[in-house]
Amino acid sequence: MNKSPLMQRDGTKKLIASLLSILIGLFFGSILVLIVGLTTSNIGAKGAWDGIRLIFIGLFSKSRDASGNLVFGMNTTNIGNMLFRATPLIMTGLSVAVSQKTGLFNIGAPGQYLMGTMASLMISLSIPSSSVPPFVIWLLAFLGGCLAGAIWGAIPGILKAFLNINEVIACIMTNWISANLVTWFFDIAKFSTMTGSFYCQTKWKIADGSFKNMVENTKSGYVYKTSWNNVATPKLGLDKLFPDSQVNAGILIAIVIAIVIYIIINKTTFGFQLKACGSNRHAARYAGIKDRANIIYSMSIAGALSAAGASLYYLSGNTEFSWNTYQSLPAIGFNGIPVALLAVNNPIGVIFSGTFMAMLNIIGTQLTKFTAYNEYITDVIIAVIVYLSAFSLVIRSLIAGRKKNTSVANDANADKTPAKPEDTGKSGADAEQEAAPPTDAGTEKGGAQA
Amino acid sequence: MTFLIQQTLLFAIPLMIVALAGVFSERSGIINLALEGIMIMGAFIGVLSVRLLQSVPAFQEAAQQLAQFNAGKTESASGWLTLQGMEILCMLIAAAAGAIFSLLLSYASINLKADQTIGGTALNLLAPAISLFLIRIIVNQNTMGMEGGAGGASWFLIRKTFFGYSAGESAGFLGNTFLDKTYLATYLTIILFVVMSILLYKTRFGLRIRSCGENPQAAASLGISVYKMRYAGVTISGALAGMGGFVYALTTQGCTTNGDVAGFGFLALAVMIFGNWKPLNIALGALLFGLFKCIAASYSTLDINGDGRFLLTEIGVSSYVYRLLPYVITLIVLALTSKSSRAPKAEGIPYDKGMR
Repeated sequence: MNKSPLMQRDGTKKLIASLLSILIGLFFGSILVLIVGLTTSNIGAKGAWDGIRLIFIGLFSKSRDASGNLVFGMNTTNIGNMLFRATPLIMTGLSVAVSQKTGLFNIGAPGQYLMGTMASLMISLSIPSSSVPPFVIWLLAFLGGCLAGAIWGAIPGILKAFLNINEVIACIMTNWISANLVTWFFDIAKFSTMTGSFYCQTKWKIADGSFKNMVENTKSGYVYKTSWNNVATPKLGLDKLFPDSQVNAGILIAIVIAIVIYIIINKTTFGFQLKACGSNRHAARYAGIKDRANIIYSMSIAGALSAAGASLYYLSGNTEFSWNTYQSLPAIGFNGIPVALLAVNNPIGVIFSGTFMAMLNIIGTQLTKFTAYNEYITDVIIAVIVYLSAFSLVIRSLIAGRKKNTSVANDANADKTPAKPEDTGKSGADAEQEAAPPTDAGTEKGGAQA
Repeated sequence: MTFLIQQTLLFAIPLMIVALAGVFSERSGIINLALEGIMIMGAFIGVLSVRLLQSVPAFQEAAQQLAQFNAGKTESASGWLTLQGMEILCMLIAAAAGAIFSLLLSYASINLKADQTIGGTALNLLAPAISLFLIRIIVNQNTMGMEGGAGGASWFLIRKTFFGYSAGESAGFLGNTFLDKTYLATYLTIILFVVMSILLYKTRFGLRIRSCGENPQAAASLGISVYKMRYAGVTISGALAGMGGFVYALTTQGCTTNGDVAGFGFLALAVMIFGNWKPLNIALGALLFGLFKCIAASYSTLDINGDGRFLLTEIGVSSYVYRLLPYVITLIVLALTSKSSRAPKAEGIPYDKGMR
């Protein structure tokens, strides 16, 4: 396996398949932009050309010059913001990837993300920073968020493990339950009920002790920023590197978590057990692995990771949460699915695919800013990529299978050439049949190693 | 009471038809997670076709005539029939859009044997993205309604005055509830629900579709083309869901669309599971969940028996509880019936001719 040339390695094929689906997605987006541009009177060919350029290199767009042409170049603000937005995407991507390793499709990431948001915000806002150091509050809020997500993720896990309920359906239900729960709690919860009356004595007195931002009129419908309570993720000098951007240490934490997950999945017994349950639950049980426990662990970890993404995003101190979520689910949760798919569930790959998705996000805002198009074109691109990755697995195994099949069959034929001439036709067919099972085993092995 | 029944029907009918859409797809063996996305597409194309048809002179005249009648300037309400025809036309366009959109799912999951869950998720992401992208280009805001800010109700709502009752006159309980301030789409959808249920359960074609969801290899051995039947199942599913999306946008959103159907597609999935994949149970489930939706939406102003007291407010259960309940009930039903579930046996498994 290790001696095979670079182009035929499993990882290379996966990378090529992912890059190919990205390219097709971008081209599809460009075609849509072109068609819309040419058929809409106020955009025209020049506007469409601007749109297409932004889709591909929008990260490096800076402004429009005096004559109305787009100016491209190094844009550290964009890159910083990209890293900031990549943080939650990497985490939800990891969440989906970890559950996929155990053969579970975690479409519940949005719900786990919301639960993490709620727990983190409530903890970080209700512990007064005048009496507890902000760093401790940050840590408590982060861990509390992870715990909330883990509990929420465990519910579909338990239903799957003990009652064999399809985790996709259970996750969809828990998603909408959490969307309503979160709105409900933010609607009625008060600081005073959670921490007692002493809270009103802290330096930022809030009207009625509610989490809802009543102070700034323009922010109705939002929860207070955590920076109101002096809680914010440290910048660690990244803001000097990328001036005027929202970047903070969250991205570093996300990368570290991704590496830790990689080690757990690939280098520990626990990770092996998770993967064994994913490959064949019954075989795993026969081998003495507690399959039920592993399914629940996997979903809990997935939930904790999604929630950690939410914590990192909202504890940054400069993001606001719109609490009226009961009619929609956060897109970041769903976008964990394409992130994981693009990375073929590899935790290290998730870092890059998450960053790529964040780049698309930035491109969307640039499109809205500089052209008559809007940010939803990047959602179209993402959807196309997800659609392609639905069958990229199939296509990849087809390519891999055919290549190996022919090579093995040729070898077999070569071995049998000294045999009697009248037998060759038959033996060739036999050899091909014989070659089939090893091919399957090979692809399965490749899949398990992934 | 009249208000309660009418509102419940408004929410229940789209749920019912979209849940049946789910049944068609799952009975043929394809999990259709894309119901939400197809609904969004149907709603978008439906509202867009209303906008485009608005400029047709015949419809414009009918609408003007109706507006004059509603203002009491003329005796004849003849315009309303033309507008109902326009409504039916737009429903058909929305159904066609849903059917075409669902081909993406059937192609991926039938021909390419792709993961149906991921395929459905892709459609769920694609529909709001495309419709919002175009809505923003067309109207430069996130919500697209009818041209000139006309309300859907002023064009398509059926009133008792059309049938000779005067505005102050009561049309009796039945007339007030089922004739006044209703949409034709609601009744057409009920009829469609019955017809399609009979098609699925009482005809040879329906039996063939269902056989592909239970044991496709056995079906194929009897000469049934599994590919064709699965395509038929998913396409019918797409048409019903697309139409359901437009009915939702027309009746509950006043003929506007914003790239979102507030989770109705997923709720329909819940109704389908709650109803154990059987039409009659689905109809009851849809009514129950519709009632919850209705209570949650108008809970503080709901006067059930007309004595001027808002009973639900006095009970003091938060409206969020009613919003939550459908999903919680579905989970509980799933947990209780997981052993005796009537879910199609072969759903979610790509059809492989050689498999036994």
